Amino acid sequence: MKSFPNEKISPEKEKTDKPQKKGDLRTLFFTTLYISAFTFGGGFVIVTFMRRKFVEELGWIDEKEMLDFTALAESCPGAVAVNTAILVGWKICGPAGMIVAVLGTILPPMVIISVISLFYAAFAENIWVAAALRGMQSGVAAVILDVACDLGSGVLKEKSILSAIVLAAAFFCSFFLDVSVVWIILAAAAAGIVNLIILRRRSRHNRGKEERL
Amino acid sequence: MIFLQLFWRFLQVGLFSIGGGYAAIPVIQNQIVEQCGWLSMSEFTDLITIAEMTPGPVAINSATFVGIRVAGLPGAVIATAGCILPSCILVSVLAVIYRKYRGAPAVSSVLSGLRPAVVALIASAGLSILLSAAFTEMPDSPSALFSAFRPGSAILFLIAFAILRIRKWNPVLILCLCGAAGLLTCAVTGSAEYL
Repeated sequence: MKSFPNEKISPEKEKTDKPQKKGDLRTLFFTTLYISAFTFGGGFVIVTFMRRKFVEELGWIDEKEMLDFTALAESCPGAVAVNTAILVGWKICGPAGMIVAVLGTILPPMVIISVISLFYAAFAENIWVAAALRGMQSGVAAVILDVACDLGSGVLKEKSILSAIVLAAAFFCSFFLDVSVVWIILAAAAAGIVNLIILRRRSRHNRGKEERL
Repeated sequence: MIFLQLFWRFLQVGLFSIGGGYAAIPVIQNQIVEQCGWLSMSEFTDLITIAEMTPGPVAINSATFVGIRVAGLPGAVIATAGCILPSCILVSVLAVIYRKYRGAPAVSSVLSGLRPAVVALIASAGLSILLSAAFTEMPDSPSALFSAFRPGSAILFLIAFAILRIRKWNPVLILCLCGAAGLLTCAVTGSAEYL
């Protein structure tokens, strides 16, 4: 069972993938633990660190596969760091590796936040903490809207009418109408599918025209 | 059954936050603040601040924080488990599908529909946080709008936003500086309410 994913994933890459030893689970755990504990700044940063560690230092995964993992992790629901850990762990040690890598990734934030939430309960009334958090509220709004501006201009640069419509409609429904995020996501996915069907039909239609000519 | 509810709510957070960190914020706001009322909007903003300042994904940080507040340490573990379960299943399945149908048009067109929606949701969440920072309470009439306005917070936001857009400083540094601005105001005025 353990060797199954390796055979399935990369039959042509056997030279680079040595048979996995038991010790690898331990290295895997402590590597993900270390990366997760010291990486600030979100999923994309952690992916960069994982690449450096697993591709360049340990050589467990080749460069191209790591890129595929990143793309997959980004397009799946959930945290990018956890998704990448799942793929990397699965690749290195199968299902056991997946569990170990995920544990290594989620333990540091869990411990840190647990400790902080104790402090939060004790210091929420403290005037200095309240003042600092009040200032940071403005900062958080700025950081999130900055990211939204970057992403938004990226979407608008595609010059796709569908994207622009989905962007505007989703914003209107979410901000002004308080429609649940769940429905917005499902509707956007449906819009993507409908678009595909229309494009297919149009290209079939065009092909039919050319044949007639 | 509070544990079941925690699990179910964070399962939805894990399932519907597509595109990483910032995408989780609107879903958490919707599920935890608006539907369950486990956090107030200002506690939620504090949570996002803390999540931004500490390592780890926002969704995991939130699951731990909310879980502990609602049901102690077991609550934290269960909320986190709910949060990562959809990933574990979907990523494994998608990895297999991906090997077989690399770049299938159906998959990429669903993604092309999702991407702008996720961006819109992030913008909407950011604006909600901005409103909760710049107004003491949600104003319900134009006259209340004026008295509830916090000019200090609004100015601080504009400065932070301008620096981020133009100079592209590190977000964590911006947060620290905003916190320092809050402390400074408190030291000068003796109250946290003037910002």
